[in-house]
Amino acid sequence: MADLIKLTAAETAAKIAAGEVTAVEVTEAHLARIEAVDEKVHAFLHVDREGALAQARAVDAKRERGEKLGPLAGVPLALKDIFTTEGIPTTVGSKILEGWIPPYDATLTKRLKAADVVILGKTNMDEFAMGSSTENSAYGPTGNPWDLTRIPGGSGGGSSAALAAYEAPLAIGTDTGGSIRQPAAVTGTVGVKPTYGAVSRYGMVAFSSSLDQGGPCARTVLDAALLHEVIAGHDELDSTSIDAPVPPVVEAARNGDVKGMRIGVVKEFSGEHYQAGVMQRFNESVELLRELGAEIVEISCPSFDLGLSAYYLIAPSECSSNLARFDAMRYGLRVGDDGTRSAEDVTALTREAGFGAEVKRRVMLGTYALSSGYYDAYYGSAQKVRTLITRDFEKAFEQVDVLVSPTTPTTAFPIGERADDPMAMYLADLCTIPTNLAGNAAMSLPCGLAPEDGLPVGLQIIAPAMADDRLYKVGAAVEAAFTARWGHPLLEEAPSL
Amino acid sequence: MTVTELVSYEDALATYDPVMGLEVHVELGTKTKMFCGCSTALGADANSQTCPTCLGMPGSLPVVNAVGVESAIKIGLALNCSIAEWCRFARKNYFYPDMPKNFQTSQYDEPIAFDGYLDVQLEDGEIFRVEIERAHMEEDTGKSTHVGGATGRIHGASHSLLDYNRAGIPLIEIVTKPIQGAGERAPEVAKAYVAELRELIKALGVSEARMEMGQMRCDVNLSLRPKGTEKFGTRSETKNVNSLRSVERAARFEIQRHAAVLSSGGTIIQETRHFHEEDGSTTPGRVKEEAEDYRYFPEPDLVPVAPSREWVEELRKGLPELPRVRRNRLREEWGVSEHDMQSILNAGAVDLIVATTEAGADSAAARKWWMGELARRANEDGVDLAALAITPEQVARVAALVAEGSLNDKLARQTIEGVLAGEGDPDTVVEKRGLKVVSDEGALGKAVDEAIESNAAIADKIRGGKVAAAGALVGAVMKATRGQADAARVRELILEKLGVEG
Amino acid sequence: MPGITREEVAHLARLARLELKDEELDHFAGQLDDIIGAVARVSEVADQDVPPTSHPLPLTNVMRPDVVRPSLTPEQALSGAPAQEQQRFKVPQILGEE
Ligand SMILES: [Mg+2]
Ligand SMILES: [Zn+2]
Repeated sequence: MADLIKLTAAETAAKIAAGEVTAVEVTEAHLARIEAVDEKVHAFLHVDREGALAQARAVDAKRERGEKLGPLAGVPLALKDIFTTEGIPTTVGSKILEGWIPPYDATLTKRLKAADVVILGKTNMDEFAMGSSTENSAYGPTGNPWDLTRIPGGSGGGSSAALAAYEAPLAIGTDTGGSIRQPAAVTGTVGVKPTYGAVSRYGMVAFSSSLDQGGPCARTVLDAALLHEVIAGHDELDSTSIDAPVPPVVEAARNGDVKGMRIGVVKEFSGEHYQAGVMQRFNESVELLRELGAEIVEISCPSFDLGLSAYYLIAPSECSSNLARFDAMRYGLRVGDDGTRSAEDVTALTREAGFGAEVKRRVMLGTYALSSGYYDAYYGSAQKVRTLITRDFEKAFEQVDVLVSPTTPTTAFPIGERADDPMAMYLADLCTIPTNLAGNAAMSLPCGLAPEDGLPVGLQIIAPAMADDRLYKVGAAVEAAFTARWGHPLLEEAPSL
Repeated sequence: MTVTELVSYEDALATYDPVMGLEVHVELGTKTKMFCGCSTALGADANSQTCPTCLGMPGSLPVVNAVGVESAIKIGLALNCSIAEWCRFARKNYFYPDMPKNFQTSQYDEPIAFDGYLDVQLEDGEIFRVEIERAHMEEDTGKSTHVGGATGRIHGASHSLLDYNRAGIPLIEIVTKPIQGAGERAPEVAKAYVAELRELIKALGVSEARMEMGQMRCDVNLSLRPKGTEKFGTRSETKNVNSLRSVERAARFEIQRHAAVLSSGGTIIQETRHFHEEDGSTTPGRVKEEAEDYRYFPEPDLVPVAPSREWVEELRKGLPELPRVRRNRLREEWGVSEHDMQSILNAGAVDLIVATTEAGADSAAARKWWMGELARRANEDGVDLAALAITPEQVARVAALVAEGSLNDKLARQTIEGVLAGEGDPDTVVEKRGLKVVSDEGALGKAVDEAIESNAAIADKIRGGKVAAAGALVGAVMKATRGQADAARVRELILEKLGVEG
Repeated sequence: MPGITREEVAHLARLARLELKDEELDHFAGQLDDIIGAVARVSEVADQDVPPTSHPLPLTNVMRPDVVRPSLTPEQALSGAPAQEQQRFKVPQILGEE
């Protein structure tokens, strides 16, 4: 059974399809693993044992009937607790939604079910996806399987930790400023932020609507591609959904190659905030790409320097409005309704009690940025920065096929270190944010351990919008070369729990 | 609350010049809500027409109703507006329990239609042009019922109950530019504008615009400035004035109230006010500690609306004749006075008369029945003409039966009575009640012979040339046939039998 | 840009319906001041003639036909309600327009 949890999703699906193992056996192996380690890791907020087994049994029954199984049928998955699941609690890591059981499935949830992916449960996250460490969860932090005293990244720390701890071979994350890629980087896993609009946002609890994007998390590039193909595609319930075929990501992941590609190194992604070991591994990755036959070009994107500032105006502004619905009237927490207080007071008391410090901070920041007299200077300017960043990307992609950078400036930091220093926390998203602002696609995959602390470093690959397949083509080549060099996947170096 | 002594209307107008702004919200008659597929049908069970989107549930998203946009463009075109080539929705942020997301999805600085006008005709026929600032798309709120206070009022209520069936129903908000120069006729202009707008909306077929059902609601903004000055005074905003008569009364009241405050040296504060149907007065709304700051920003969950010029032109081509133009055309075609036309309009009979003529009746007959017998019935029953249980086709059939001589007026009235009583269509009623004019020549001839026999003296007079005396014999025949004869034919027969030329 | 005061934070909290405690007001005033001080850099581009980007995708005219889709049942709609009565959401007294 121990072997089952170490398999990739592709291998697991193949074994189930071939009848070498049943989906129920695979699911039970993962549930047992969760039972064994999740007390320490705390990747899950809710484990749906019965639901998962029922899905697994349905897959086995299908196979017995001789029906054709999908490429991920029977493979377990850890779902970020930001997607609605009919009949299963959805908290978004917040007290304000404690106990809420949605009456509907997110489009992504529906697609996973339709593809016979087995949903093990809901994973921990920074409250409303606001954070880079998962410390902002109202339900306590998640530990990084590489070092349980360190953060697993955020906001999707539960999903990345579940992968790194072998609790699930697949996971779903959402990426507003780096919440898929940064957790992947610090846990030695793979995470992809697809092009904005590729994956439906219907049923994904909104943080910042114009930046949020769901995406696949996995331990290998191919597994991420297989999951990408299941969850991406047009959805008429999401007005910002792209109505075009999904780029051939699986084919690209199966044919990793960078020969003849032009790859840009962004000059602005370096400097004082970057850890030495991170830069060392990044520079080695660039060397590797050159050895694999890519042409390396230095690129300057001057507007990226304003990315963080623009992000911390746009995201709070949108969230201040998106989170207004949590008012104690229709669902979720209600505090202070003693029969004498007004609705207005009950709303204010409930929000005070139900939101954590980071959420309150951003809601107020956004309220400020949108208020009359400040709008043009803050929100308006931030939207202009967005245009400038998009233009920098456009110019860059005239010269190169993809860009590369470190995913995050440092390796996993200790839990508590930046907890009450928002500005220090925000730096974790320095390299990931420009992609969210422009709406294009990016991936993080492991590129080694930082010599000074032995913790994973992530390599970020950035592609133009709708060219998500390039991420997989480059990522698969890098992954194959590194795995050959190391003699095994990086994750095998993680201490066993 | 301090009671303001009003200044008389005439005195107010002697000193001040009113400036008005009218904001009208129209609920569209689409099948589904503006941003989700929930039904808009009236009368459903509470919260049975809701979904994650219109309940503002976490994760839900809006998708624009194409007919909502089309209706907005039609309204814009009919109001002579420019149609935006590109515009966005915006979020208007404020907390209120009847608004599930705590922001209203609306439009801010990029309305779909802007810079237009509507010509309205006052009672004396004068045309007044009301300039339109904008028409934009937005959504309605849910309905709250206040429990525990007096008469369901919000004040003193212990709690409220919310039904979100109405939340998300498409609204078009139509805002005028400041209406200046109406002087003493300002209240009349306000009423005429809302009335004309309502006719226009109905003619476009985008809403039934029934004010009593809340499908059309009006806010009256009003300020006064000393006569001869340019600068606007501070305005008051009277919300939800929901009948034509109330619009006129609210404007009139506010003119008198403002004048009273100003002439006693006071200042008008900018505030929202509520109109009271009972006495036509307005009172201030709740004073808010802080100014509203709606923090508008472009709605990120919706993409811009960029109506192609082809689409706009196609919609323009399909616009119906403007109600005012149509009314004037019909007035000429029917040959009625301004005054009569106004009565027809007030009675809600224009479309019914048109439909009746289209079903074959001549317009005089159609007018006669709708404005006579039927108007009387509607008035008695306290219902709209259109709500009577008779169709224009049925009225046209009655008119046809009269024209061919099968019914006379008295029988026609009885036929209509039967139709209204649910006895069937006119022919059935005639048949069942045996109302047909006696046209059997044999039976009629016999009745005429009998009348001549028993009134020999009169018959002789007629033979002698006194044709006018025939009336008495006609009366006798009508009596004998209990009114079911065609009097003209009876007269013909009498003269024929007595060998006299008619 | 001027610093953000405690009073401003209190005003923002009221707008955002957050009943902040006194110590939170102080704490957030300091932090928001730092953050705003840092992000105010974006106003460097304020006078540049650049169109703002509100949507990352150049999509327009995404609309749906006016066709009724199934709604939730009232039971589903009310399933998460903190309180309900007569198939309606029961909420505390609303202060507002008469
Ligand atoms: Mg409005
Ligand atoms: Zn709905």
